[in-house]
Amino acid sequence: MTKKYILGLFRDEVPLLHAVHELRKEGNKIHEVYTPFPVHGLDEALGYKRSRLPRAGFLFGCLGGTLGLSMQAWMLGVDWPMNIGGKPALAWVDFVPVTFELTVLITALGMVATYLVASEFIPGNEPKIPDPRISSDVFCIAIPAEDASSSVGSRLRELGAEVQEKEVEL
Amino acid sequence: MGSHHAVEIKEERYAPSSRLTNIIRLLIGIGIVTVAAGVYTDGHRFWANYLLNNWFFLGLSLAGVLFVSIQSVSNAAWSLGYRRIAEAMGAYLPWAFAGFAVLMISTSLHWSHLYHWAHHGIAEEFLEGGQPNPEYDPIIASKVPYLNVPFMAARMAVFFGLWILLYRAIRKHSLLEDQEGGLLRIRRIKTLASIFLPVFAVTWAMSTWDYVMSVDTHWYSTIFWVYHFAAAWVAALSFMAIVAVLLKKAGYLPHLNDNHLHDLGKFMFAFSIFWAYIWVSQFLLIYYANIPEETIYFQERLEHFKIPFFVNVGVNFVLPFFLLMTRGSKRQANYLMAVAILLIAGKYLDLYLGIMPGTVGGHAHFGWMEIGMFAGYTGLFLWVVTRALASASIIQHRHPYIREYATHEVM
Repeated sequence: MTKKYILGLFRDEVPLLHAVHELRKEGNKIHEVYTPFPVHGLDEALGYKRSRLPRAGFLFGCLGGTLGLSMQAWMLGVDWPMNIGGKPALAWVDFVPVTFELTVLITALGMVATYLVASEFIPGNEPKIPDPRISSDVFCIAIPAEDASSSVGSRLRELGAEVQEKEVEL
Repeated sequence: MGSHHAVEIKEERYAPSSRLTNIIRLLIGIGIVTVAAGVYTDGHRFWANYLLNNWFFLGLSLAGVLFVSIQSVSNAAWSLGYRRIAEAMGAYLPWAFAGFAVLMISTSLHWSHLYHWAHHGIAEEFLEGGQPNPEYDPIIASKVPYLNVPFMAARMAVFFGLWILLYRAIRKHSLLEDQEGGLLRIRRIKTLASIFLPVFAVTWAMSTWDYVMSVDTHWYSTIFWVYHFAAAWVAALSFMAIVAVLLKKAGYLPHLNDNHLHDLGKFMFAFSIFWAYIWVSQFLLIYYANIPEETIYFQERLEHFKIPFFVNVGVNFVLPFFLLMTRGSKRQANYLMAVAILLIAGKYLDLYLGIMPGTVGGHAHFGWMEIGMFAGYTGLFLWVVTRALASASIIQHRHPYIREYATHEVM
């Protein structure tokens, strides 16, 4: 689904950050800001809420821990009990390292997968970016044309941007 | 985006408040009374506490120098607000030396009986007449070439000599930096720090064997020194957090903010997990292998110290793990200070479990002597640290990274 956007392209992160503050103060709705590298203070300027990724991480951690513990309990305690050094078959202390490792592994892999799916970074997907230069030296503010006031283009120019209007999927 | 505003950092002098001075006097007073009463009533328990407290505060003070060294070698800017506190902790080293020198003398004169290997005649197979010696202990006899008073005293002199020498040199250049600015002193500190780091690794390892591990003379563990490093390091980070928050509350260190606390909190969080990792590693290998001379260590602790044994893991790992997990928790000064106090108490308990079973054994209990002596040593340590802190600016205001420090931000 392509949509019409007004794009403000900046060459530096300082005027960009200033522009984001100004535009939001003036009541403009910003769809997204694209930058070649993380810009300090941009999250706060855009009023983003904290990422929900840690919650996914916690759930994957619970899953990994449960899997690790129950796998060993079933294998060593139920399916094939063995006498190792005279310890009971269900020796919980023995299970700590594997449980720990599986918790970490499933959490890490699960969080990476969640992140990739949530940001639509799936192999074969066309990247949804307004301009290829944003991966090199250009900072871009994208404002949906339908919500934008008529003066937003000139305001962007005032704030130091090069302004484009584009039909893109973002 | 603080980097776009001009930041001016000035020299800052600290003076201990009269309230703090009174608290320190009171603590030292309690300590002196307890020591006198302790020697009189229960000498053996007194010496066990003496070793415990000397070791605890030696660890704090050495970890302070270690903190300065690591931060200098890694060119860190975030930690500048803590560095003078860590330097001040190093000023306790000569006091620790005095403490261990007394311990050494008491061991050689048999005033104290902390070290089984120092018992008279334990390594001699035959008595003078040629009959077998009933006291003979072949395991200890094989260790006596290393564990004997003259060699241990020599090691102690060399180790403390190196520590104090390197610490004094680092401190000297750090103070000169305040007058000169520039890079020369920073480079000198970096060189000294790169010498201190390997020296610390070896000397610390051997000191843990000498003073703590040899309390359980038969037993040994190759990971023991890492375990004690983790404990001392967390205790030192916590101590620095407490001092920094209190200084901040008293109106000092205006540029130290929640970003710097966040990073120190991360350090405390990470090394609490590291401590637990080492704790489990030591426990698990001994449990797996099931060799009687190794399991005796945990056998003793589970028999006479069952509740503190499990509380130890809770206070030093489970609680800080959950209490310091979130971002916000590390950025609130009062909260971080509360966790830091908890961690210091936890590290005391950890050391109590390391020393008491091998010295006092089943007779150990936590009472007036333990509290009083720890209070006394805390007072002494605070006295030395505040004096060192007051003797110079509490921020290295001419350090080349000072602006980066002041505008430090954690995403």
